[in-house]
Amino acid sequence: MPTLRIPTPLRPYTSGQSEVAVQGSNVAQAMNDLIVRYPALKPHLYNGEGNLRPFVNLFLGEDNIKDLQGIETPLEIDDRLLLIPSVAGGCRGLARPLHPPRSFQG
Amino acid sequence: MLPNLSHSEIMRYSRHLLIPEVGLEGQRKLKAAAVLVIGTGGLGSPVAMYLAAAGVGCIGLVDYDVVDFSNLQRQVIHGTSGIGALKVESARQRMLDINPGIQVDSYNEPFTSENAMRIARDYDILIDGTDNFPTRYLTNDVCVFLGKPNVYGSIYRFDGQVSVFDAQRGPCYRCLFPEPPPPGLVPSCAEGGVLGVLPGTIGTLQATEALKLILGIGDPLIGRLMLYNALDMSFEFVKLRKNPKCKVCGLEPEITELIDYEAFCGVPGHDHEEGTVGGNWDISATELAERLKKGNHLRLVDVREPHEQDISHIDGAELFPLGQLAGRLSELDSAEEMVVFCKVGTRSARALDLLVGAGFRKVKNLKGGINAWAREVDPSQPIY
Repeated sequence: MPTLRIPTPLRPYTSGQSEVAVQGSNVAQAMNDLIVRYPALKPHLYNGEGNLRPFVNLFLGEDNIKDLQGIETPLEIDDRLLLIPSVAGGCRGLARPLHPPRSFQG
Repeated sequence: MLPNLSHSEIMRYSRHLLIPEVGLEGQRKLKAAAVLVIGTGGLGSPVAMYLAAAGVGCIGLVDYDVVDFSNLQRQVIHGTSGIGALKVESARQRMLDINPGIQVDSYNEPFTSENAMRIARDYDILIDGTDNFPTRYLTNDVCVFLGKPNVYGSIYRFDGQVSVFDAQRGPCYRCLFPEPPPPGLVPSCAEGGVLGVLPGTIGTLQATEALKLILGIGDPLIGRLMLYNALDMSFEFVKLRKNPKCKVCGLEPEITELIDYEAFCGVPGHDHEEGTVGGNWDISATELAERLKKGNHLRLVDVREPHEQDISHIDGAELFPLGQLAGRLSELDSAEEMVVFCKVGTRSARALDLLVGAGFRKVKNLKGGINAWAREVDPSQPIY
């Protein structure tokens, strides 16, 4: 089966695994398989419309799938996909809630 | 016309002069060069020290922060005696101690859309040693507009990335990452941690790339992204291509001047961690202690990782690591009052958001996290 390398920031959602074997004959199928196995990953990779988020980069070997056939890029059995995240990379926590609650009702 | 080297400089740089790829002319190029280092933290420390030692004639430092005790695990340009000092000044002193023959310009201010072009204009190369997305996008766009290379590095736990973004010769940062992740989706080093030596590895690679660019030798990382993992001790490379639709360096750029990067990224670029949600959603450590003392039944939900509980804890708290929370909601009761907490209040703010989204209303965020609890209520607990 093709494998997919999970970057450190997303490993909490794959039970700590750094490489995950995925089923599929193209990138879209492999990613669907990944999401079925690890549903908590979905909001990190896909937007509300079900498309890969723009800051998620998938590489097949050395090449960005955007430079190949996108999510239709065919996969061979021994292919390795790399998931490359956007990393702020520093020392401060700036995170805010994704959807800040507006009112307190309880 | 390159500057000449004094006898003292020839002695200082003799190990460079012996390398044919550097030689006397290369060393004179280094002396004539001006490099701007954005951030004097984990990445900026080795970058600034090695560029100073190498004899880069003019090095600019931009940072608005002061040296903190928790910086010293990785920010090796600063020392214990410098705690509380301006980072740019602490760094400048160290660099001039290494090499008094160079010029160090310090800019004790945040790098912003207002000052970035003015500061960057006179430098040949910018080095991105920042810790947040707004400043990364700003640094990229400044480099695109001024036609300067951007030596990029970023770190998280055991992972590092390095590249050289030079829009005149290859892709820019936006070609790879057209837009930042939504706030809160990517953990910061303050929350996730970083191996202290990791910025040393990545920063040293950034310094190497800067020296290569100045000397005009070797193959710079233009059009390539290097991925480093310290645990696997793996270095991997992927190809980066220029995106013809890139909004800043593409064929028909939409962005032709600096923008509001904090609004673009949805986060403040120059804020200290606050660990608050806002409104009535926060509870202070003191208020929580009072309510517990009165015997109020409050369920304490610790959303940190298990290894963090070994560092500090609040009696009676239950562990629900943030990554598991969504799958364990059935273990919580929305009729019960609860307080979520983490280290400083950032992850718990996300946990609160998740809980409110799932219909929980009687939930509050411990403002400032367990570190605030240790400061205000229980000094027997360490702050980390």
